Amino acid sequence: MAAHEDDVEALVAEREYEAGFVTDLESDTVAPGLNEDVIRFISNKKNEPDWMLEWRLEAYRQWQQMKMPRWPHLHYPPIDFQKISYYSAPKSAKDKPKSLDEVDPKLLETYEKLGIPLREQEMLAGVEGAEYPTSGSNVAVDAVFDSVSVATTFKKKLHEAGVIFCSISEAIQEYPELVRKHLGTVVPRGDNFFAGLNSAVFTDGSFVYIPKGVKCPMELSTYFRINAENTGQFERTLIVAEAGSHVSYLEGCTAPQRDENQLHAAVVELVAEEDAEIKYSTVQNWYPGDENGKGGIYNFVTKRGDCRGDRSKISWTQVETGSAITWKYPSCVLNGDNSVGEFYSVAVTRGMQQADTGTKMIHVGKNTKSTIIAKGISAARGEQSYRGLVKILPSATNARNFTQCDSLLIGDKCGAHTFPYVESKNSTAKLEHEATTSKIGEDQMFYCQQRGLSEEDAVNLIVNGFCKDVFQELPMEFAVEAQKLLNVTLENAVG
Amino acid sequence: MISIKNLHAEVEGKPILRGIDLEIPDGEVHAIMGPNGSGKSTLASILAGREEYEVTEGSVTYKGKELLELDPDERACEGVFLGFQYPVEIPGVSNLYLLRAAVNARRKYHGEPEVDAVEFMQMVQEKIAHVGMSMDMVKRGVNEDFSGGEKKRNEIFQMLMLEPSLSVLDETDSGLDIDALKVVASGINRLRSPERSTILVTHYKRLLEHVVPDRVHVLYQGRIVRSGGPELADTLEEEGYANLETDEAAATS
Ligand SMILES: Nc1ncnc2c1ncn2[C@@H]1O[C@H](COP(=O)(O)OP(=O)(O)OP(=O)(O)O)[C@@H](O)[C@H]1O
Ligand SMILES: [Mg+2]
Repeated sequence: MAAHEDDVEALVAEREYEAGFVTDLESDTVAPGLNEDVIRFISNKKNEPDWMLEWRLEAYRQWQQMKMPRWPHLHYPPIDFQKISYYSAPKSAKDKPKSLDEVDPKLLETYEKLGIPLREQEMLAGVEGAEYPTSGSNVAVDAVFDSVSVATTFKKKLHEAGVIFCSISEAIQEYPELVRKHLGTVVPRGDNFFAGLNSAVFTDGSFVYIPKGVKCPMELSTYFRINAENTGQFERTLIVAEAGSHVSYLEGCTAPQRDENQLHAAVVELVAEEDAEIKYSTVQNWYPGDENGKGGIYNFVTKRGDCRGDRSKISWTQVETGSAITWKYPSCVLNGDNSVGEFYSVAVTRGMQQADTGTKMIHVGKNTKSTIIAKGISAARGEQSYRGLVKILPSATNARNFTQCDSLLIGDKCGAHTFPYVESKNSTAKLEHEATTSKIGEDQMFYCQQRGLSEEDAVNLIVNGFCKDVFQELPMEFAVEAQKLLNVTLENAVG
Repeated sequence: MISIKNLHAEVEGKPILRGIDLEIPDGEVHAIMGPNGSGKSTLASILAGREEYEVTEGSVTYKGKELLELDPDERACEGVFLGFQYPVEIPGVSNLYLLRAAVNARRKYHGEPEVDAVEFMQMVQEKIAHVGMSMDMVKRGVNEDFSGGEKKRNEIFQMLMLEPSLSVLDETDSGLDIDALKVVASGINRLRSPERSTILVTHYKRLLEHVVPDRVHVLYQGRIVRSGGPELADTLEEEGYANLETDEAAATS
């Protein structure tokens, strides 16, 4: 126990030192609005080198020429980007709920069901004064783990393997060449409106570097990234896997996360060199808003992996249950010959939630192979679209794709739409597409109930069966959590 | 065990059951026969609690309780089992997973602890042997890509696992080859005991040669128009349902 306390103290000390660094600046928050000065402020605040500032400014200039995408099947009021504050230090006390009494009771109910202790609940809901002994670190969901001690042993092990896993801000300071070499090479600044915005104003995120031939000794989880303060709104993640390396990265958590910032625009870039393999798993459970959709998060994410080397492999697995609006298309660019891209997804929309998600598989190299398994579940008045693009370039001889999109409807006020796009410029390509839409059948429900299952258990059973192909791609504990999350999410969805 | 009195039911305003009276004492097996569309599956579904059928008159008492007031899952936990005429497929959910959930639902209902994994698997091993199913098969999705006959075996397997007090088997013998028919019959006989009762809905005498019923009833246009001993099945097999019109007249008068 004593050793553990020492660790805590060491960490607290480190943290205060870091904090001391930034308080030199006059203010902790910038006024709403976006201009070059705001970007300079952010960069300065983070003590960034000049090239980083220049990079941001260039992104900002490009972004000003861009327009918000209009094509998604989503409805929301226009976003005024001049009304958003682009930098704020940890929330000031007056903005926080004073106690759990002020927090949406539905949210608390969910915490309860996921078995999160009261103290953690306060943390997650952002209640004033509810903080970890490590002072304000945002390790929210270490509910089950002892965050500090785990994180410490964890860091040591990674260090021995030569793996770098830190915040992107830290990486910009400590490993500037690595960041500079790869940042924006997968998702360029001008890629799309939200990526442009993120490039200009990103606040933090993760950086992972796996050296040549190294198999990362453990799964990397954002849970353990202890210096993850305030990364929520414009998160930037970069993962580089050198030749022959392997890594499995877990993002997000099953507990619903609340955030004052309504707009979220993250960018994730993955680079896989020859024979490297990256597995990226996400559980996204941002606050979806109340039953009228009020207060929910708008989540506009650009995630892309570059299978740069021959025989490299990138696999995206995601379980999406949160947010009021989700706009997200994790993609793979299959540059290397014989490289492999995979996308496994479960997306749930209920209440007034809207989701427009899918993937893009761009086949460039020879014998490239991609698999897409997308499962959409809509309940109540949830609206969901699957949008998938499979593109075969002339160079991609013998490319193959298998796509399967299944939609499950619960009730009759919800909707599911599929928009599969295929562009093939090479006649040797083999493409297969399967799509199904089904309602949870009364027959299936009755069958389960006749065997003794309650209505709720019957729905859970059928839904979990529907999602099995995706859940089995998740790391074990994550899969169990995801299943539980889905059950809680769909509670009261029927009847 | 169960006592059905003057049961009337309709679906979408169309009357289907028109006054059924049926009494099944503890330990007895009763067969219900009758032409297509006479209401046999409707009766079975109503006993199990299917919502689309509206009971307009009459009552059903089961083990002293008003059966019609219970939800389908409560009825199941109280020991009512329906062997479906057309068992559904539930993709991705293994038979074992469903069964374990079913066993535990019962246990919970009766305030008992969950079934121990080892104990459960031993039970499965024993029961699949009775019905000639393999472990691989029961690990597959519920009825997923099962043949018609395999689905029926699976219903019997589930029945053996759940040990119901009242089994309502809706044409579990239809579409079976000779071996499968014997399996189904021996499954039913295995559970036969003074504290269990069975309703066998069937079109064919051949099942009743293996499972000899205490009573045979003929359902015709929503009423039971004739009842008798096992020999009634022979008569029906010889004569068909041609004489039922007159029976019905007799029943109404
Ligand atoms: N959901 C429904 N909607 C409309 N009509 C129905 C429905 N269910 C049953 N019926 C009708 O009720 C009548 C009785 O059907 P039921 O399935 O009970 O017959 P059955 O005796 O089981 O016949 P079979 O021997 O062919 O299985 C039929 O005329 C059928 O068309
Ligand atoms: Mg029938």
